[in-house]
Amino acid sequence: MGMTMSQKILARAAGLPKVEAGQLIEANLNLVLGNDITSPVAIKEMSKMKVEGVFDKDKIAIVPDHFVPNKDIKSAEHCKCVREFAIKNDITNYFEVGEMGIEHALLPERGLTVPGDVIIGADSHTCTYGALGAFSTGVGSTDMAAGMATGKAWFKVPSAIRFNIVGKPSEWVSGKDVILHIIGMIGVDGALYKSMEFTGEGIKNLTMDDRFTIANMAIEAGGKNGIFPVDDIAISYLKEHTNKEYTVFEADADAEYDEEYTIDLSTLRPTVAFPHLPENTHTIDEINEMDDINIDQVVIGSCTNGRIDDMRIAAKILKGRHIKKGLRLIIIPATQKIYLQAMEEGLIKTFIEAGAVVSTPTCGPCLGGYMGILAEGERCVSTTNRNFVGRMGHVNSEIYLASPAVAAASAVTGKISDPFSLR
Amino acid sequence: MENAKGKVFKYGDNVDTDVIIPARYLNSSDPAELATHCMEDIDKDFVKNVGKGDIIVATKNFGCGSSREHAPIAIKAAGVSCVIAETFARIFYRNSINIGLPIIECKEAAEEIKAGDEVEVDFDSGVIKDITTGKEFKGQAFPPFMQEIIDAGGLVNRINSKA
Repeated sequence: MGMTMSQKILARAAGLPKVEAGQLIEANLNLVLGNDITSPVAIKEMSKMKVEGVFDKDKIAIVPDHFVPNKDIKSAEHCKCVREFAIKNDITNYFEVGEMGIEHALLPERGLTVPGDVIIGADSHTCTYGALGAFSTGVGSTDMAAGMATGKAWFKVPSAIRFNIVGKPSEWVSGKDVILHIIGMIGVDGALYKSMEFTGEGIKNLTMDDRFTIANMAIEAGGKNGIFPVDDIAISYLKEHTNKEYTVFEADADAEYDEEYTIDLSTLRPTVAFPHLPENTHTIDEINEMDDINIDQVVIGSCTNGRIDDMRIAAKILKGRHIKKGLRLIIIPATQKIYLQAMEEGLIKTFIEAGAVVSTPTCGPCLGGYMGILAEGERCVSTTNRNFVGRMGHVNSEIYLASPAVAAASAVTGKISDPFSLR
Repeated sequence: MENAKGKVFKYGDNVDTDVIIPARYLNSSDPAELATHCMEDIDKDFVKNVGKGDIIVATKNFGCGSSREHAPIAIKAAGVSCVIAETFARIFYRNSINIGLPIIECKEAAEEIKAGDEVEVDFDSGVIKDITTGKEFKGQAFPPFMQEIIDAGGLVNRINSKA
């Protein structure tokens, strides 16, 4: 029996000719990531270890992005702790405010995540880098500490679910709709402990930004990682962003999968996840039949949907329009580079003229940190990744997860809206 | 490993890390401070009522969502001696083992044990006993590799013992 793509990457990293699902292995790490929330705990844990310092200063990335620019004194203390650690250990890839971005948008942009790598990050959305054919998964702070100290992590080799992607998406359907559709279909624990491998001729119709969004939310189905094959689109992205050497792995033809699904992109519709779980999905057609769902706030951004494609889609809808009076539209380009690009393309002007506020890169509202907290009873349409109880503020507030197209259209009308209805 | 014994706090499916420890408190990493907000958004009386040794029982996908280790840290610091669930989200599972919060998977126990029951867990045998009802359940014992981490008192100690 052959190996899946993830298993082949893990086998090499463990120095083994072959691994199989369920096997416990110790793998060498190519990159260890942390942010301003998880790194302070990791730094404290690492200080208890009998080690001289980090295993490799070039293979650690530290990105303060959750509560920066510092939202309060305690956050400032966390950031200070992280900054001092980075300086003391001469961490090459420490990104201060001004050069940073939301970690999972920033690292691929900086060329730090490449095919065949094994990457752990003390952030659940570390699974994003599977879009580039890396085995990449979220861990906690103690794993991050052990990774920084030893360059190794233990894994239970995952089995996999295969998603055979076919067809071409229609206008206003993007990566977010694909992954929300999948989570709606298999549930928030549908891929628990497993790899989600996305393959098939249809992936050529998904941009890199679509793929980052899809791999990013593998965790929302409980997945250990999400991964795409490395095709021409990925290679052209890598050419533009990295000089690092990489190895392309393909799943064996006789690899075994626990389940297989075919996703026909041409049949997908704009999809929204209702409170309070990402699996509570409804298509825009179902929503069109419902009573109006009036909203108070729209957020466009995050590691899920704060990339340049997302900014362009939002601008296309907002151009020449104004958001509903009384609604707040908060747009957060995910990195400084995306921010600059959006400015040069005139997207920021479009946003501001439409009545949006545009923020410096931060995770901020996605996890209810700051920069757009909801009051009791308020509703938000958000391009972020979780709509759990209290995630964005008051326990009695509501989050509807959607694509940038649905979010922008909803900001114009003040209710959850079909982007097609604006014509 | 010592048995866990205590009164049960019962929850349903998909208890996420945002309700275990809301992000608004993540500007702290102090276990004692995190413990004062443990389970706040799903059960605001939890902190008031929980006692040392008490046990959390939940059904599917406990600890889903974020990778924040603050979630098992808050639960452990609140005095909880064990979490029993039908399944755990994978990062929460890893984190619990790494910090030494005992957790155990058992579908039957997760379904049948009720809030307020007195429960005892024997980690060596994986036997979960509901003292209130007299029923016994067999939980999933840890694979030897994970048992090694737990026995060492967490991942940090295991690394130190190998150094």
